[in-house]
Amino acid sequence: MRRSPRDAQESHRRIGRRAMLLGSLQAVFVGTLAFRMRYLQVDQADEFLLLAEENSIKVRLLPPARGLIQDRNGTVVAGNEQNYRITIIQEDAGDTSAVLDELAQLIPLTDDDRERTLKEAARTPTLPITIADRLSWEEFSRVAVNAPALPGITTEVGLSRFYPQGADFAHVLGYVGPVSDYDLSKIEDPDPLLKIPRFQIGKIGVEAKLEADLRGKAGSRRIEVNSSGRVMRELGRQEGDPGANVRITIDHRLQNYVQARLGEESAAAVVVDVNTGDILAINSAPSFDPNLFVRGISGPDYRALTENDHRPLADKTVQGAYPPGSTFKIVTALAAMEAGVINPGETVYCPGYTQLGNRRFHCWKRGGHGYVRMTESLEKSCDVYYYEVAQRVGIDKLAEMARRLGIGARFDLPMSAISEGLAPDKNWKLAKYGKSWLVGDTLNSGIGQGYVLASPLQLAVMTARVASGRAIEPRLVRAVDGLDVPLAEAPLLGLSDAALRAVRQGLFDVSNSQSGTAYRSRIVDDTMRMAGKTGTSQVRNITAAERARGVFRNEDLPWERRDHALYVCYAPFDAPKVAVSVVVEHGGGGSTAAAPIARDIVLHALHGGIPPLTAYPADQRNRIEAEREKLQLLDPEGPSGGRSRA
Amino acid sequence: MSYLEYNVKTVPTGLRKVLHVNWPLVLLLAAVASVGFLMLYSVAGGRIDVWAEPQMKRFAIGLVGMLAIGFVPIWFWRNVSAVAYLGSLLLLVAVELFGDIGMGAQRWLEIGPLRLQPSELMKIALVMLLAAYYDWLDVKKVSHPLWVIIPVVMILVPTFLVLKQPDLGTAILLLAGGGIVMFVAGVRIWYFGTVIALGVALIFTVIESRGTDWQLIKDYQFRRIDTFLDPSADPLGAGYNITQAQIALGSGGWAGKGFMQGTQSRLNFLPEKHTDFIFTTLAEEFGFIGAFSLLMLYVMILLFCIQSALANRDRFSALLILGISSTFFLFFMVNMSMVTGLMPVVGVPLPLVSYGGTAMIILLAGFGLVQSAHIHRPR
Repeated sequence: MRRSPRDAQESHRRIGRRAMLLGSLQAVFVGTLAFRMRYLQVDQADEFLLLAEENSIKVRLLPPARGLIQDRNGTVVAGNEQNYRITIIQEDAGDTSAVLDELAQLIPLTDDDRERTLKEAARTPTLPITIADRLSWEEFSRVAVNAPALPGITTEVGLSRFYPQGADFAHVLGYVGPVSDYDLSKIEDPDPLLKIPRFQIGKIGVEAKLEADLRGKAGSRRIEVNSSGRVMRELGRQEGDPGANVRITIDHRLQNYVQARLGEESAAAVVVDVNTGDILAINSAPSFDPNLFVRGISGPDYRALTENDHRPLADKTVQGAYPPGSTFKIVTALAAMEAGVINPGETVYCPGYTQLGNRRFHCWKRGGHGYVRMTESLEKSCDVYYYEVAQRVGIDKLAEMARRLGIGARFDLPMSAISEGLAPDKNWKLAKYGKSWLVGDTLNSGIGQGYVLASPLQLAVMTARVASGRAIEPRLVRAVDGLDVPLAEAPLLGLSDAALRAVRQGLFDVSNSQSGTAYRSRIVDDTMRMAGKTGTSQVRNITAAERARGVFRNEDLPWERRDHALYVCYAPFDAPKVAVSVVVEHGGGGSTAAAPIARDIVLHALHGGIPPLTAYPADQRNRIEAEREKLQLLDPEGPSGGRSRA
Repeated sequence: MSYLEYNVKTVPTGLRKVLHVNWPLVLLLAAVASVGFLMLYSVAGGRIDVWAEPQMKRFAIGLVGMLAIGFVPIWFWRNVSAVAYLGSLLLLVAVELFGDIGMGAQRWLEIGPLRLQPSELMKIALVMLLAAYYDWLDVKKVSHPLWVIIPVVMILVPTFLVLKQPDLGTAILLLAGGGIVMFVAGVRIWYFGTVIALGVALIFTVIESRGTDWQLIKDYQFRRIDTFLDPSADPLGAGYNITQAQIALGSGGWAGKGFMQGTQSRLNFLPEKHTDFIFTTLAEEFGFIGAFSLLMLYVMILLFCIQSALANRDRFSALLILGISSTFFLFFMVNMSMVTGLMPVVGVPLPLVSYGGTAMIILLAGFGLVQSAHIHRPR
């Protein structure tokens, strides 16, 4: 449309005015924006910089190396080994399933591994998931070489617990395992370390009881992560403090020997240093490989352990409480002499039984022992003698002496589920059963039957106390983090010399007198003569029907109804060094099942290795030699533990 | 103005047009685009092939397109204004019927190998039509209600279609862009006052409508408004974008963390780091200095356009230049306000910098019109 020049000019001026107005408005907006930018980037910069760092910088804990556990001579019995593992990050892998297929061609993968990996990967696609660990170096390097062709796969090296001696230390050391929700629920203020997936903590035994020392302090590393949490690079690293090394009192070679010697019996053996209380060996058999638990035991393996009637998982040395049988006669004898109700020279007549009202208490020897003195009563283990003395001394004094010697007492040891045993008295029975104590109970207690219970550890301590005359305490930890646990000389028991001398002589005769119950298991080397006491504890009453049928012999009974065989001893007789207790569950007689084992252990402990055959009676040497060859020891000759890794 | 009205002797012809191109403007556009290339290279983690290279190619095409459009006489463009508007309107309807759905909105139209966003086209076409309308309209009738209704309808029809996609950002840009052309054309100011008052009332009504069965905008748009008002209320949800963008901006500080050193963008904390939020990466890596410099480049583009418009005695040309430069202004203003937290998050790219399909080419085509008006101005 045509427009007059005046119109055009007017229009142009109007546009100019409005354009200036518009420009000013735009300037206001730009100004506001500039101020906003200045506010954010200059005035608030520090605050936002902090926020940006918090966004991208995360602190991850570095698990410390767990403290080593060493035996008394420094051999590692619980160490850490390199754990080669393979992880996958789903986000990088893309098709995890396909990558796993590729991986399966390089290393063996179970269906379980696959399923678990896929499940975990789906849940946390940006975090590394462990596909397989504890790979051999060959497997590990095969994967590492092929890693570029396997998207999302990373190879890592970590530390994991390893028990070089395997089953030997399973019960005493226990084992470690990944922290469970249950573990966490028990702790008030959990160490942040415990939240690390698969972090290993002590589950039972020394590993659990000394967890605080062994664990160490976490280190940390500052890493830069992206918005999905993936690590981009490491900015800094502060190593933590490794856990303290713990040195225990056990001699790993003796421990190994004892374990082998017990073999597949359901048995327990404890070796205690008579003078210090140091536990030199403490074995429960059969045992299990704790490394299985560290790695995560399989269902069938675990079932095999729990269903075994020999209870490999139970630590019979401290958890097991057995009627001590005749080994308890030591207590009865000392209690009676200290109470003054009998003196060593006094005789008691044994007709083969004691009549109490209309009940007859039999001696193990049907025909009786005739006139018996203190030393003979121990040597021949005459029951009637002890029925008599126990009756004279009374249960309360008997129980008191038992506790003085360690039975029914609690020891402060870093082991799990320690049994206190039981030294029953009148009050106990009243409280427990609401019944008053009967004289018959006293008779049974006098020979270590009835209510009396003792753990193999307590029997060893009892023996050591009798041998030394001092109230030694068992000790398992020798040093923590290089600092020796102080050892004071144990106080005297306060028993009269005469009483102790009589009992010790009796114990010497058990093993060295021709008529002693353990004469067959004597030591003929004069420097290592042994004093001991056999025990056979009934786990059932012989029924009238059985008596009628004439079933008396243990061998005729099913295994689980046979008697427990016990033997306690110390040696050398004249200068005691070690005290040993052996319990063979359902082993039959103490003299036949337990004493030979105890003798071998004593000799090994005193000799510091396999002793010469000359320590054994000449007629037994061939048999002993044959038996030795069957034993499978870790390193029969080597000076120290073989496969220890740190 | 028709061809006859031009002084043929003073309007350049043929290759002489090259000399009359507004070269400083071209240079400024190239400078802004280069900032874009740099940032796209950075957010791709130092890779050129991901975003920077395609962007460069598109910019080259756009530049050639701009000059080609610029060499076509301005009266041609005025004559095709209505056609461009109707064509864009048709495409908007087509997108409504056959469009692709992306990010919860229907915006794209696929024509052969071309992925077209008709709403982008409409921004330019609307300005063209309004400029042509006011060029045609008698200056005295500009504020007459009847002659005001007509452009308002022209604006509202495409705005409504875009809002239906739904694309709130473009709708706002269309509304504001059209309004600015009307404003510059000289429509009485009280009209605008009334519209703004009505707008405030409308916003109030929209907020009131929340949760009722006559709710006027989508839930996600409400959430965006909530988030804008208080981003920290939901830092990992809807407020995440704003919070992280502000952290990126703020942590850049005065001089920035350095090229390729931005932790926020490199570590993927930033959303849409190569498109709508690319400004935050610039601000993080080059700090206030970098961000302010880019703002100044934009302002200079604006100034060159306003200067060109003021110098142009042709009514259509002046209105067109101001309309297109204002649309450009709205682009970067809305985008920067959004990432700095002055405005709720609406999907508006940073012009010439954000990685974007047709947006850049169409924007450069718009500047082609500006060039055409500049080259063919009456002398």
